[in-house]
Amino acid sequence: MAEKVIEVNNLFKIFGKNPEEAFPLIEKGLSKEEILEKTGNTVGVNDVSFTVNKGEIFVVMGLSGSGKSTLIRCINRLMEPNRGEILIEDTDVSKLSKEELMNFRKEKFGMVFQHFGLLPYRTVQKNVEYGLEVKKVKPSTRKKRAREAIKKVGLEGWEDQKPQNLSGGMKQRVGLARALAVDPDIFLMDEPFSALDPLIKKEMQDQLLELYEEVKKTTIFITHDLNEALKVGDKIAIMKAGKIVQMGSQEEILTNAANDYVRDFVKDVDRSRVLKARDIMIKPKTLLKPDQGEGPRTAIHKMRENEISSIIVVDKDKKVMGILKIEEALKILQNKDDENLKKYIKEIPRVDPGDTMDDMFAQIAELDIPLPVVDKNDELMGIIIKSNVLSNLAPEKVI
Amino acid sequence: MLFMQIVSIFSWKIPLGEGIEKIIDFIIENFSGPIELFTGLIDFLIENFEIFIMDGFPISHLIVNIILITIFIYSRKKDKKVALYTGAGMLVAVFIASFFYGFELIYSMGHPFLVISAFALIAWTAKSYRLAIFVVLGLALMWNIELWEEVIETLALIITAVLVALVIGIPVGIIKAHNKYVHYIVRPILDFMQTIPPFVYLIPALMLFGLGNVSGTIATVIFAIAPPIRLTYLGITQVDDEIIEAGKAFGSSWWQMLFKIELPAALPSIMMGINQCIMLALSMVVIASMIGAGGLGEPVRLALSRIDIGLGFEAGLGVVIIAIMLDRIFGRNE
Repeated sequence: MAEKVIEVNNLFKIFGKNPEEAFPLIEKGLSKEEILEKTGNTVGVNDVSFTVNKGEIFVVMGLSGSGKSTLIRCINRLMEPNRGEILIEDTDVSKLSKEELMNFRKEKFGMVFQHFGLLPYRTVQKNVEYGLEVKKVKPSTRKKRAREAIKKVGLEGWEDQKPQNLSGGMKQRVGLARALAVDPDIFLMDEPFSALDPLIKKEMQDQLLELYEEVKKTTIFITHDLNEALKVGDKIAIMKAGKIVQMGSQEEILTNAANDYVRDFVKDVDRSRVLKARDIMIKPKTLLKPDQGEGPRTAIHKMRENEISSIIVVDKDKKVMGILKIEEALKILQNKDDENLKKYIKEIPRVDPGDTMDDMFAQIAELDIPLPVVDKNDELMGIIIKSNVLSNLAPEKVI
Repeated sequence: MLFMQIVSIFSWKIPLGEGIEKIIDFIIENFSGPIELFTGLIDFLIENFEIFIMDGFPISHLIVNIILITIFIYSRKKDKKVALYTGAGMLVAVFIASFFYGFELIYSMGHPFLVISAFALIAWTAKSYRLAIFVVLGLALMWNIELWEEVIETLALIITAVLVALVIGIPVGIIKAHNKYVHYIVRPILDFMQTIPPFVYLIPALMLFGLGNVSGTIATVIFAIAPPIRLTYLGITQVDDEIIEAGKAFGSSWWQMLFKIELPAALPSIMMGINQCIMLALSMVVIASMIGAGGLGEPVRLALSRIDIGLGFEAGLGVVIIAIMLDRIFGRNE
C-alpha cells in the first residue's frame, strides 16, 4: 500500500554566482541572511528530505520566500538543484540528461501554476491539448482526451473560448484540465488556488478533492494557507528559510507545533473546521456490557469508581445500544426491575469519525452526556465529552 | 624637441576613414564572387516581384496569384468561406474586366485594373471596406497620373527589402533573445545602423553592388532591419515566465518551445516589427534613388533637381498612398 513514489534526499538549491561558497557556511550553521551577506548567495532550499507515497497529497506550506516554490521547481528541474537526490520511482531526476529529462517530464509530471500559465493565444481546448501535442499524440485522440479532461473540471461549452474571457476560477480549471489530460503519475501544484478569491478557492478545493476520489494522484501541493493545507493534505511539511521545520499529519502539526514558527501558523487556524471527531475523541473510561451479565449494580459501581454520571452501553459486538444515566440505574434498583434493563437505556445521537467539530457543534452545545463516535457498523470507536472539545478549541493546548 | 614631439602626437590623425576605405577595398578585391552571387539573387527577387505584379503573365500565373491571395486571406481571417468567395470573386472580376479590355487581358496579370482590384480585395478581407475604397481611389489616382510603373517598382523594391530584412532579422532576434553574447554583439551594431546617416553607407553599397536597384535594396535593408530584430527580441524576452515554465514542465523540446510558446506569444510584437520595417523601407525610397534605385524615388529626385513642384508632389503622394495602404493592411487590428 505505502509504495514510495517520490523520495527527496538532502536537496540544496542556492542562487548566486558561486553556490559552492555557501556550503561550508551552511555546514557551520549560519543563517540565510548571514550567508547572503558574506557570499552574496541566496539559500533557496536547504537540506530538504522527504518521501511521498503513492496516492498521497504532500503539502508544502510556508510564507513567501520560504523556498517552497523553489523546492517544487527542483523536483521537475525547472530549476537545477545544486546537491541532493530526487528519486521518482527509483529514477534520479537530478542525473537525467536534457533529452531524458524532457521525456521524463512528458510522462511523469503534470504541473499547475499559481497564475495559471495558460497560453493566451490558444483556446481552452487547445490549451488543454498542449501536453498531448508535445507528446505527439494523434490529433483525434488528443481532442478526445482533452474533451474528457475539460468535462471532468466542468468546463463543457467553453472549449472555444480564449483564456482572457474566463474568470480566475475557470482559468485554473483549464490549468487543472491541462495537467489531467496528460494523465501523469505525479501532480505538481504550485499554489494553484492562491490567486483566487476565498469562495472560489473553497469551491476549487472541494472540486479537487472530488476529482481525487476518482483517481488519487501522487501530488506535491504548495500553499501558504494553513487551512488549505489541512483541508487537502495527507502529509504536511512546513518550510522556513529553505528548511523543513516540521513534517507530519494534520493532527501532529496542529497539536504538537515543533517551534514558534509553526505555532504562529497554527494559532490562526479555525480549529473547529479542521479537527475531526477522530482527532479529539478519547477512550471511554468504562463501558457497560449487559451481554456479559452486567446489570444496574455493576453500572452504579463503575460510575462511582470513575466519577461519572452516565455510562455507555454496548453489546457484545461493541455496537452502541445507548446510555444509562445514574438516576435511571438507581430507579431500576428501587423498582427491582432488573430484567427490563433495556427499557432504561436511552437512545443517544452518534457522530461519524470524519465529522468536523463544526458539524458537531449543535450536539456538543447541549452535551451533558458523552457523545459516542461510531464507525460504519455502529461500533464504538471513542467518545467526545465537553471538556476535551473545549480544550481542543483553544489555540494552545491548555493543560 | 620634447615639446615638438608632444605637439606632433596631438596633431596626429587616427586614420579611421582610410581604414574603412581599405576594408571595403579588401572586400571588393577578395569577395567579388559571393558579392556577385548576392547581387544576382537580390536582382532576381526584385525583377520577379516586379514581373509578378506588372508584366505580362501567362494564365497559369494568374491562377497561382489568385490561389496565393486566397490562402493569404484564409490565413488572416481563418474563414474558408470568405477566402473561397474572394478567390471566386477575383476570377469573376478578371472575366468582367476582360470584356472591357479584350480577352488578351487574361494572359496578362499586369493590367492596373487587376492589380488594383487584387489589393482592394486584400484590404477588404484583411481589414475593412473603407480601406478597400481608399486603396482603389489611391492606386487609381496613381494610374491616372501616369506614375503606375513607379508605384509597382517601389512595391517590388520594398517587398524585396522587407523580405530580406525579415529573413535575416527575425532569426537574429530569436537568437539574440536566447544568447546574451549575441545580444551584446548585435546591440551596438543595431545602434550604429539605426543612427548613422543613410547617405554614409550609400557609398560602400554603391562600390560593392554597383549602381541600381540592388544597392538601393541593400541600403534599405540596413536601414530597416533594426525594428524586426529589436521587436522580435523584445517580444520573446517579454513572454510571461509562467508560460515558459508551463511549456517546459510539459516536456517541450527547444523547437516546440520556440514555435508553440515563444513565437506565438511574441507575435503581436513581431508584427509590429514587420510593420515598422515596411514603414522604414518606404522612407528610404527617395534616398535609395540617389544610387540608381528606381521607383517613386526617381521622380522625386528629378523634381528636386529641376525644381518641378508638381512632379515632386505627385510622386511624394504616391509614397504616402503606398505607406498608408501597407501600414493598414499589415498593422494591428484595432
